[in-house]
Amino acid sequence: MLKRISVLILAGATALTMAGCGSGDDGSTSAGGSSGGGDDKIVMGFAQVGAESGWRTANTKDIQESAKTAGIELKFSDAQQKQENQIKAIRSYIQQKVDVIAFSPVVESGWDTVLKEAQNAKIPVILTDRAVDSKDTSLYKTFLGSDFVEEGKKAGQWLVEEYKDSKDDVNIVQLEGTTGSAPANDRKAGFQEIISADPKFKIIASQTGDFTRAKGKEVMEAFLKSNPDIDVLYAHNDDMGLGAIEAIEGAGKVPGKDIKIITVDAVRDGMQALADGKINYIVECSPLLGTQLMDLAKKVIAGEQVPQRVVTEETTFTQEQAKEALPNRKY
Amino acid sequence: MTRFIRHRLFWPLVILAGLLLLNLFFTDNFFRIQMKDGHLYGSLIDIFRFGAPLILVSLGMTLVIATGGIDLSVGSVVAVAGALACLQISDLSDQNSVGGVLGAVGIALVLSVILGAWNGFLVAGIGIQPIIATLILMVAGRGLAQLITDGQITTVNSSPYKLIGGGYWLTLPFGIIIVAVVLALTAFLTRRLALGLLIESVGGNAEASRLSGISARGVLMMVYAFCALCAGIAGLMISSNVSSADGNNAGLWIELDAILAVVIGGTSLAGGRFSLGGTVLGALIIQTLTTTIYSIGVPPETTLLFKALVVTIVCLLQSPAFREKAFRRRRRPVAPSPATEEKVRVSA
Repeated sequence: MLKRISVLILAGATALTMAGCGSGDDGSTSAGGSSGGGDDKIVMGFAQVGAESGWRTANTKDIQESAKTAGIELKFSDAQQKQENQIKAIRSYIQQKVDVIAFSPVVESGWDTVLKEAQNAKIPVILTDRAVDSKDTSLYKTFLGSDFVEEGKKAGQWLVEEYKDSKDDVNIVQLEGTTGSAPANDRKAGFQEIISADPKFKIIASQTGDFTRAKGKEVMEAFLKSNPDIDVLYAHNDDMGLGAIEAIEGAGKVPGKDIKIITVDAVRDGMQALADGKINYIVECSPLLGTQLMDLAKKVIAGEQVPQRVVTEETTFTQEQAKEALPNRKY
Repeated sequence: MTRFIRHRLFWPLVILAGLLLLNLFFTDNFFRIQMKDGHLYGSLIDIFRFGAPLILVSLGMTLVIATGGIDLSVGSVVAVAGALACLQISDLSDQNSVGGVLGAVGIALVLSVILGAWNGFLVAGIGIQPIIATLILMVAGRGLAQLITDGQITTVNSSPYKLIGGGYWLTLPFGIIIVAVVLALTAFLTRRLALGLLIESVGGNAEASRLSGISARGVLMMVYAFCALCAGIAGLMISSNVSSADGNNAGLWIELDAILAVVIGGTSLAGGRFSLGGTVLGALIIQTLTTTIYSIGVPPETTLLFKALVVTIVCLLQSPAFREKAFRRRRRPVAPSPATEEKVRVSA
């Protein structure tokens, strides 16, 4: 009983804050104040992971802006990287009877119960960016997000193309993401699949850099000392690549020339390094999935069939493309 | 010889030597140190360079543990100090101005000391258990760091700031020099002056110390503030090394590494005595282990297991009770009569 009351209070508090934010936004956009009038306005409840990186913040901003342009009322909550917060948020959305729930799961497992509750309340669920490992795929309508294996493949394809005329061995070192995380596993597998076709490509060292600059630098320092001949660095995200660039410069080598660098993500600092010629190629992992999400939400509510898996529209950047794209970069 | 073996730093030294020996066999050029761009360059230098923040944090932790306490908040203080300094510098009109950078560094360190004093106030003033008192700041501090950086990675482009953790002075990494200065100062204050004795006596029995005229509260406050100051300097080093502040990941779990370093160094978690030299050795062992893992290419999936294995061996070797058992068992077939053995041991 006590627990239920506290959940109710929490839901009420969340709703109040949401309403507060919402009304403020309404006030600024339409001074007339047509709030409350929209009977057929779609209401979406979105449970975000948190604000742990620039990528995530850009993701949040894009979803909020897309909702506004698409005319969808967005109820937003930040779980601060905790699953229980996210479950609470989803439950509160169910109680508020929103039209559609979207969320990026903090972790892969443990979602069945709350998703069942949403299903019983006949509220469709859309997963964004990260998947859940539930066997019952009827619990959510679709999963919108990046294909990490594809990202690894794109990185591999650029490498194969870059060295197609070379007969010598190509010594590659790899900075992996957090051990066991989906992006790290998949980006490694995709890359491996492409380059294993040609035996001249050799991964001579591979170690986790935990997706951070500091670890990226530390590991690269060790690589540089234990392996004198490194031709290529493949980093699973920009930040580790940026840390590694400092290590390479410290070793008296020129990043981008002596050691070619491929990274994934395309955040602003990474794009800057790419434009400066310190990185050679970046595979984009775009957080800007808001427009696609709103389209999917409208389709789902209209009862249209949507594919179980929708891949985010993403591209790749060479140094020239980065120079062009940099001024308009949102994150 | 026996006196040498009995020395409390003997076993940590053996372990460090063992790790280095492993590298001698498995890694080419591990011991080569060369000059590059006017500074020293090599794996051994790296161990010192990346180990510097851990040594600093462990030094502060040693004194806290000597008073019978523990400080879990050092990782958060690392993040806060780096975040605040980078924020200040990114607001400067000229990021390369030495004065501006010094100001930013000063503000960050002052905040660190305030955070430490807060810990000290909770522990000594209110009497909360140290593990709980510092847990508060461990959680809140990281939130504070994220608030300062807005959850983003703040990148700065400042060569004076870069010097702290990534630069060189007189061919030596600047971080090592900072560590040497702080270590010398700490050793002087605690071993040449009475401060070390006061800390140990508070750790042994705070009430008895108070009754004998020692201001236990003052000592505790000072020790926690010092620990946070060390963490703050370490935070500046870590963020300066990559020219950016990462509120989420900077100094994450460094408190555990620091506690481990202190324990490997032979300082008892019960408080009452401490060894600065042992702590430095402990921190170097941890960093050597990390570098070894990267150099000899332990696969990332087994890294943690490998680390756990080495740490277990280290802790067992450090335990006199375990050594006693293990060595007796081995000696038994040689000397069948335990009585004679006992006699020899006593006379030795």
